[in-house]
Amino acid sequence: MNELIKVNGLSKTFSLSAKQQKLEKTKEKKKTAVHNLSFTVYEGEIFGLLGPNGAGKTTTLRMLATLISPDEGDAVIDGCNIRTEPEQVREKIAFLTSELKLEDFFTPNYLFHFFSELYHVPEEAVEERRKMLFGVFGIDAFADVKLANLSTGMKQKVSLAISMVHLPNVIIFDEPTNGLDVLTAKVVTDFLLDLKKQGKTIIISTHIFSLIEKICDRAGVIINGKMAVCDSLDKICAGMSLEDRFFELYQQNAGGEAE
Amino acid sequence: MKGTVFTIFKKEMFRFLGDRKIVFGTILLPGIMIYFLYNFMGDALSNQLSVEEDYKASCYVEALPQELSGMLEQGFAIEEPSGKTPEEIKKSVREKKTDLYIVFPENFMQAVSEYDAGKETEKKAPLVEIYYNSSEPSSTEAYSEATMLLDAYESQMANKFDINLGSGEAEYDLATDEDSTATYFSSMLPMLLLIFLFSGSLAVAPESIAGEKERGTIATLLVTPVRRSHIVIGKIMALSITAMLSGISSTIGTVLSLPSLMAVDNSVNTSINGSVYGVREYLLLAVVIISTVLVLVTLLSIISAYSKSIKEAQTFTMPVMILVLLVGITAMFGSGAKKEWYFYCIPCYNSVQDMIGIFQFQADPVHILLTVCSNIIFVLLGIFVVTKMFHSEKILFNK
Repeated sequence: MNELIKVNGLSKTFSLSAKQQKLEKTKEKKKTAVHNLSFTVYEGEIFGLLGPNGAGKTTTLRMLATLISPDEGDAVIDGCNIRTEPEQVREKIAFLTSELKLEDFFTPNYLFHFFSELYHVPEEAVEERRKMLFGVFGIDAFADVKLANLSTGMKQKVSLAISMVHLPNVIIFDEPTNGLDVLTAKVVTDFLLDLKKQGKTIIISTHIFSLIEKICDRAGVIINGKMAVCDSLDKICAGMSLEDRFFELYQQNAGGEAE
Repeated sequence: MKGTVFTIFKKEMFRFLGDRKIVFGTILLPGIMIYFLYNFMGDALSNQLSVEEDYKASCYVEALPQELSGMLEQGFAIEEPSGKTPEEIKKSVREKKTDLYIVFPENFMQAVSEYDAGKETEKKAPLVEIYYNSSEPSSTEAYSEATMLLDAYESQMANKFDINLGSGEAEYDLATDEDSTATYFSSMLPMLLLIFLFSGSLAVAPESIAGEKERGTIATLLVTPVRRSHIVIGKIMALSITAMLSGISSTIGTVLSLPSLMAVDNSVNTSINGSVYGVREYLLLAVVIISTVLVLVTLLSIISAYSKSIKEAQTFTMPVMILVLLVGITAMFGSGAKKEWYFYCIPCYNSVQDMIGIFQFQADPVHILLTVCSNIIFVLLGIFVVTKMFHSEKILFNK
C-alpha cells in the first residue's frame, strides 16, 4: 500500500503562561504536548487518532496542517514536507477543527466562492462542486443566509463543505462530529465513508470509540503526547472492545495521571 | 500573488462596504456629524460672542468732562451715578445689569493739560478707570469701544502723526482670500486630517485583524495555501481604502463647515473656503493622504496583530493616538512648512509638513516625493513585521 502520510518523530512543547500554569495546576513553565510521535497513513484508508482530552491529538493535526511548526521531527503528506513546503501541503489537504471559524457576516455561497478562489479552483468547476457539496450537506436552502443566522449544526456542515472546495486527496478532521446532533453526525460519518470510497485518505481525531469502530481502518492511541499503540483495529483490540482496550492502555501509559 | 491578494482585498471590502453599520458609522456619519457640529458650534459661538448692531451699551460715568461727553454719548447710553456709590455701580456691572463704569478724575481736562509726558516729574498721568465684565459680550465690546475712543482722543491731543486715517481697515489689509484661507487651513486642517485618518483606520483595523484573531476566523485563512504576506497586503489595501473614505467624508464635512466656525473670530476674513485651491493642490493632497493612510493602517495593523482582542487593540492604540495628535498639533505652531529634507523622512510628521506646504501654496514636490518614499518604506517594513507576526504561533494562537 502507498504511504500517503508519513509522520516521523514529531514533538511539540508549549510555554505555559502564569494563567495556564494555574489552570493546569503545575509549576512547570513548559508542557510537552506531543513527544516523538510517528505513524503512517496509507492511501485510501481512514486513520483514527484516539485519545483523551489534552492527549495531543489536536496539536498533532495542527502540525500536519502546517498551522503550527513542530519543534522536532517532520512529516510528509502526499510527497510534500510540512516543514519545507507548507503551502504545497495546505493545497493538498482539507483541514477542519473546531478552532477554525467562518465569518458570521458572510453567506455559505459567498464563502464557497471565496475559498474556491483561494484554492485556485477553476471557475467552471466551482458551481458544480458547490451544488454537489451543498447537496450532500443539505445547505442549498440556506446558501444565501448569513452564517450568523444559521444553527451550530448547519455552520458545521458549511465548514465541512467549504473545507472540501478543492477536493483534496488528504482530509484531516479534528473531532468532526463533536457537538453535533445525531442526525448531523450521521451525515458527517456517511460523508467520510463516501470519501473513502472515492479513494481519499482521511485522518480523524476523536475520543468517541463508536466512531473509530464504525469508520476507521487503523488507529493510533495517543496518551500524554505519546503514541501508545498504532495498528489496525483488530490488532489493537485483540479480542477486547475498543473501550476496554483503551482503558487498559491508559492505565499502562498514563503513569497514574488518570483523570 | 496578484490573484490571492485581490481575493483577500475583495472579501475585506465586501465585509466593510456590505455592512450598513460600518458604512454609516465609519464612513458617512463622521462627515455628517462634523458638518453639523462645526456649524452648530459656529452659530452658537457667534450668537454668544456678538452683540446686536443697534445695541447701545449702558454706561455710568463719573466726572464726565464736557469735552468728551459728545463723543461718548454717541456710542453709549450714559447714566449719571447720582445717589449710587461706586460699589453699587460695580456690583451692577458684576451682575451684568450695566455694561461699563467709567471713572474720570476730578478736573480731568486740567490735569491732562498740566501733565507733560516729556518732562521728568513725579506727577503721574491722570488715570481713567473703566470697569467692565469680560463674561458679558456687550460689556466686553463696550470696553473695547471706550478704550478705542479714549486712545483716539489721547492721540488727537498729541497728534504728531496718523495711522490709516479715515479709511476702513479693509483698504489697508492686502491679504487676499487665498492668503486668509492658507493661514487658517494650514494651521487647522493638517491636525484635523491626521485625526480623521487615524480615526478611520482605528474604526476598521482592529476589527479586521484583532477581531479575526478573537473570532478564530484568521486561522481558517491560514490553512489555505495563500501566503501570509498576501493576506497582510490584501487586508492593508482594503483597510486603507475604507479608512480613506472615512477621512474624505470627515474632510468634506470640515471644509464645508470651517468658514462658519471661523466666522466667530471677527478678525478672520469670512470669505475663506476650499475653492481657492486648484487641481494641483488637491492632487498633491491626495498623494500625501494616501501615503499617510497606508502608514497609519500599517501601524494599527501591527498593534492589532499583536493584540488578542479588539478591546486590547484599542487599549494599545491609545498612546499612539496621543502621539499622532501631538504630531498634528505641531501644524498650529511655527511659520510654514519645514525646509530641511530630513523632516520629510519621519512618518506622520512628514505628512503634516507637506499639508502645511500644500495649504500655503508652497508645496515642494521634492519634499512630497521624499514623504511618499519614506512612507512606502515604512509600509513595506510594516508588512514584513505583520507577516512575521502571522507566522508566529505565540502571537496568533496564544490566548
